[in-house]
Amino acid sequence: MSGNTNGRVFWAGNEIIAEAALRAGCNFYGGYPITPSSEIAAHLSLRLPQVGGAFIQMEDEIAAMGAVIGAALGGAKALTATSGPGFSLKQENIGYAVMSETPCVIVNVQRGGPSTGLPTAPAQSDIMQARWGTHGDHSIICLTPLYPREVYSETVRAFHLSEMYRTPVIIMIDEIIGHTTESFAVPSDSELAPIQPRSWYEKHAAQNSWRPFHDFYQGKHIHITGLSHTQKGFATTQPEVVHASLMHLVNKIEDDQPKIELNEEYMLDDAEIAVVSFGSPGRAARAAIDQARKQGIKVGSFRLLTFWPFPTARVRKLVDDVKAVIVPEMNMGMLRGEVERAAMRRDVQLVGVNRMGGVPIEPQEILDAIMEVKRGL
Amino acid sequence: MAFDYATWLRPEMMPHIWCPGCGIGIVLKSLVRSMDACGWDQDTIGFVSGIGCTSRAPGYVDMNTLHTTHGRALTFATGLKMAKPSSNVVVMAGDGDSAAIGGNHLIHACRRNIDITLIIVNNEIYGMTGGQFSPTTPTGSRAATAPYGNIDPGFDLCNLTIAAGATYVARGHVGNGVFLERLIKGALQHKGFSVVEVMSNCHTQFGRRNKHPDPSELVTFIASNAVALSQWNKLTDEEKEGKYPIGVLHKVANRPEYCESYHRMSEHAQQRVRDAARKIAEAESMKPKTEPAGGHQIED
Repeated sequence: MSGNTNGRVFWAGNEIIAEAALRAGCNFYGGYPITPSSEIAAHLSLRLPQVGGAFIQMEDEIAAMGAVIGAALGGAKALTATSGPGFSLKQENIGYAVMSETPCVIVNVQRGGPSTGLPTAPAQSDIMQARWGTHGDHSIICLTPLYPREVYSETVRAFHLSEMYRTPVIIMIDEIIGHTTESFAVPSDSELAPIQPRSWYEKHAAQNSWRPFHDFYQGKHIHITGLSHTQKGFATTQPEVVHASLMHLVNKIEDDQPKIELNEEYMLDDAEIAVVSFGSPGRAARAAIDQARKQGIKVGSFRLLTFWPFPTARVRKLVDDVKAVIVPEMNMGMLRGEVERAAMRRDVQLVGVNRMGGVPIEPQEILDAIMEVKRGL
Repeated sequence: MAFDYATWLRPEMMPHIWCPGCGIGIVLKSLVRSMDACGWDQDTIGFVSGIGCTSRAPGYVDMNTLHTTHGRALTFATGLKMAKPSSNVVVMAGDGDSAAIGGNHLIHACRRNIDITLIIVNNEIYGMTGGQFSPTTPTGSRAATAPYGNIDPGFDLCNLTIAAGATYVARGHVGNGVFLERLIKGALQHKGFSVVEVMSNCHTQFGRRNKHPDPSELVTFIASNAVALSQWNKLTDEEKEGKYPIGVLHKVANRPEYCESYHRMSEHAQQRVRDAARKIAEAESMKPKTEPAGGHQIED
């Protein structure tokens, strides 16, 4: 650990994820080198052997995801990290983790795409892939922290949620967050989600597991399969059982959406314009809002820390409360589309600030959008 | 004493999905008998598979069983073994599963020499998907996707895994279960990555298209092409055509096993942390006390 003094540290985002994972009890990392996520693997290759955990660099991205699931079934709290192309390759096995209800955490440090795209530059264009990248109906939990303390606490929470809901949890940051080094105070235990062994979750989350809850080597001789299966874990094609199992996969997460939801709201009480964002553009949004407020414009920020399941009810209420919504994002309108869906044809002005060139969205661009919207109100 | 199959099987999962006369049953039988002969406790076994006919095997045996994605069984098995090095991890895969879609994982598992046993049931065809040619389908054979005869050359899976670094490689066939059991038992007892290739029959998809539609005739044909290793090198190249050597083809004990190497590295890393902590503590104790008289706290 570098620069740890009196609880304050000076770490880059990727380093924060690695250290927070260890704090959460992560004892297995399986990965494959890919920019801009590689520092997570490098840091854990140093740290996991020190704490008796296992680190393995696999032969490819698919293998890394497979190893993570295998380790999790062996009782480990397992993590992998990747970026766009690797995230694409991992999708089938992410679906396997969903289907087999295997707790694990996947980090995507987003870079520009499609294909090889912009390996060293940020984007937010994989956020729909996090939701729908693997085939088949399912739900997913996807966290989008921004500030260092959030990256830390949300990484710890990702492990908790994966154990609680028996599901892969995806942390979506971007190249800016992964590579920005900042000073912050490491949260205390009371500021973090529960850090518990898997046995604790058997008491608190057994209802979220369709198949038998247990891991391997616990005397239960369980069977795990990616085939549609009965509650005993064995393959079935019985339509009513398959239907019920898929409803379970979706409902265990969607029904608890309010418990999983986390947003940051800033100056929204009297706002007539809301800037809705996630990840890096949230910083530019705050700066733009502070400047606009100085000019007397009633504008606030709504930033999602849980992108999936989407906070539909909260966003709908927000849309009701304001006259216009501005959505800055480093893609061509993925969040804007979700806001539109949540708004359900309500009469609200919806404006996108979209930038895909691999450079961050500047506060001025958002301020310009605020001023233009304000003129039209 | 008769072997107690009921202890090792999940009778409630029967009947199995394999065609009557399929060789996979013989392989599975040899495997559980070998596990029993090794004295393995069922709870210590992680039995992993991918996708295909062979990969349905874990569903029928009573232990910790994992039916994964196509080609990826060895990756799941690697994570499982790393998370619990004391467990006995065994993978069963077909020729398509292990050598085509899983080919990369196959060579890298060999290279690491991780203590996992891989049983490859090689029936030279994709059975479950309907008889498409695989990386071991002989050149000239017919398949659902080779109606004019297969133009692809095939892999020799034993030579491939020996070259990639596996430390125990053996080949048997479903025509001789007793011999097969001996090979598998040797693999299970071997410390390191072990491979047993089992030449097997798919009369339904391979035999039907290649003049061997009868299961027992096809098994007899497969058995007739097997040559004991001691005799193999006496054959000319022409005589070797269409035949294959059986037995333990490769066994070395001088390469470190992966989990043990990791354990040693981890012990070393932990010792370095302890050493660093001790040095810091020593340096702290050597420092002169700088606390001012009165002992008030200095604000920073």
